[in-house]
Amino acid sequence: MDFRILKRKLEIGKRIDDFLDNVSESGLLFKLGVDSYLKGNVESFEKKLEDITHTENQGDSLRRSLEEQLYVQTLIPESIGDVLELLENMDTLLDCFKGAMWRFEIEYPTIPPEMHRDFMELVACVVDSVEAMVRSARAFFKNMDAVSDHMHKVSYWEKQSDKISTRLQRNIFRHNDLQLSHKLQLRDFAIHVDQIADQAEDVADKLSIYVIKRSL
Amino acid sequence: MFAFFMSSGLFLGWSLGANDASNVFGTAVGSKMIHFRTAAVWCSIFVILGAVISGAGASHTLGKLGSVNAIAGAFIVAFAAAASVYLMTKARYPVSTSQAIVGAIIGWNLFTGSPTDYNSLTKIVTTWGVCPIIAAVIAIVIYKLVVFFIYTFKPDIFSQDILTRYGLLVVGAFGSYSLGANNIANVMGVFVPVSPFSDISFYGWFTLSSAQQLFFIGAMAIAVGVFTYSKRVMATVGEGIFRLSPVAAFAVVSAHSLVLFLFASQGLQNLMIQLSLPPIPLVPVSSSQAIVGAVVGIGLLKGGRGIRWRTLGGIASSWAVSPVIASILSFIALFFLQNVFEQEVYRPIKYELTPDAVEQIQTAKISLCGLEHLFDKEFADARRLNTVLSNQKRLADQDRNFILSSTAIDKLEFSADRIDPVKNELITEKFLSPLQESESRVFNHKWQFEEALAKRSGNWRQ
Repeated sequence: MDFRILKRKLEIGKRIDDFLDNVSESGLLFKLGVDSYLKGNVESFEKKLEDITHTENQGDSLRRSLEEQLYVQTLIPESIGDVLELLENMDTLLDCFKGAMWRFEIEYPTIPPEMHRDFMELVACVVDSVEAMVRSARAFFKNMDAVSDHMHKVSYWEKQSDKISTRLQRNIFRHNDLQLSHKLQLRDFAIHVDQIADQAEDVADKLSIYVIKRSL
Repeated sequence: MFAFFMSSGLFLGWSLGANDASNVFGTAVGSKMIHFRTAAVWCSIFVILGAVISGAGASHTLGKLGSVNAIAGAFIVAFAAAASVYLMTKARYPVSTSQAIVGAIIGWNLFTGSPTDYNSLTKIVTTWGVCPIIAAVIAIVIYKLVVFFIYTFKPDIFSQDILTRYGLLVVGAFGSYSLGANNIANVMGVFVPVSPFSDISFYGWFTLSSAQQLFFIGAMAIAVGVFTYSKRVMATVGEGIFRLSPVAAFAVVSAHSLVLFLFASQGLQNLMIQLSLPPIPLVPVSSSQAIVGAVVGIGLLKGGRGIRWRTLGGIASSWAVSPVIASILSFIALFFLQNVFEQEVYRPIKYELTPDAVEQIQTAKISLCGLEHLFDKEFADARRLNTVLSNQKRLADQDRNFILSSTAIDKLEFSADRIDPVKNELITEKFLSPLQESESRVFNHKWQFEEALAKRSGNWRQ
């Protein structure tokens, strides 16, 4: 062990920051992409899809190199398992955003204009819940005391997403001009987007256990 | 021949390295904060430094417990201690060489009929009892301080990781130094009086005394023990009793190192005396007891639920068993060496209430009333005199020890031709010159010889 470890520490801290930036960025791209889709701006939507795919690839390679570095250099040995799991879970959130965007691209669902506001609201809440999760994860690495400040916001945004998703599904099925197949497709979209917030809440629950395990 | 007899001391040193030294870095290696190789290198370097620089402190108390006066006896004492530590290490119990050597010396005392200084024994055993408690308290205090530091300065997860690693390395080095200083007496103490080495001066910068050279060799044996066999015991210490977080490991190693330092530092003892505080006895304490005490302290601070009491019970019973095993092994091996291999395992010391001894005892205001019929009667060993004294008069332990030490017949002869061979080798000129003018004389008792030397020169009085 020598002073190179200090340099490695600075390096790994920066890479974790970069990875969490990727997760956060993918949420913003998802929001902008859905907005473009609803406005019918196909070119902009496809650009966002391209960007989110690139961000997801970057996130994947960062996560892999981080995992390798943590293992090889046996950094934070007492929490290595928890940290690796956290990174995996955060990467899953990134994948979920990309997956949802691709679903729009594959299925091209027709969303009635009166539902646009609800869809955008749902996307905003989901992105906010993931954003709160990213902040909690950053706090876990930098200032453990601040984790709980961000974590309760994840739950808050997840509940809001549930409410909007329920309202949206109700509106879909009460819409008289839509066929049942169309209704089922729109419902699946609403559930798919809402599940990203659920996933964020699950990660937050696990993070709260990691914090307890590291408490002195 | 000396090299052969010293081999058992080296075996004991190896056992100490394999067992006690693993305590220092066990928690750090067990919690994967420091690689075993790094720990072994640091531990070896600082054990050697501690042994050579400050090794003399604790050896005095051990010497008082029983003075092994023949090289073959010293060989067996060290061998019995090493063998019992090895057996315990094999069973993965972190026992202590301090306990083993004390057990082995008592075995020698029992075999040879020499008196055991119960004051020293009580002091040593009490320290063993107190040592884990002190270690537990210190560990709790240090842990609380570290937690306060973390809550105040809020280092990020990686900074905390690195600070803890360096902290573990520094306190581990300090612990190794203290271990060398405190425990080298166990390994090489019995060989100091029969050391064939002479002082080595390094261009006048510093001098390595014969004892220091012995301690260096012993410390090298400890280092070999660390490298070859300590990894397994480290796992028991690191994970067996209570699973420690790296921060807790830091508190545990710090507490262990401080406890060892407290009981090995002559400087600290002098400071306490200067401040009119009760001095800390310089006793070879057990590093295993210190580390286990500290681990239990942290476990209790965390509510005590995570402590594996069964493992702890096994360790505590091994502490009770190891001195007994060492003592029995020592006794049996002494019997074989004396009767089968016909080696002199002790120099018999007779006891007699000579007129000089009677005067010395009466000067110390100890009444010999009712024991007049024992005057000028010779006793083959201390045990016989002790039995007679016990049967005929109630005496305080301290008075009994004084009578025993005053009546031991040593037959020391002093003459100019006896001085010549040791000249410039073992005794320096300032001590020798006042003696060279003295006439030849034979002393019946060691204390008479000491008094005569003290009368000759101020240097000897110190």
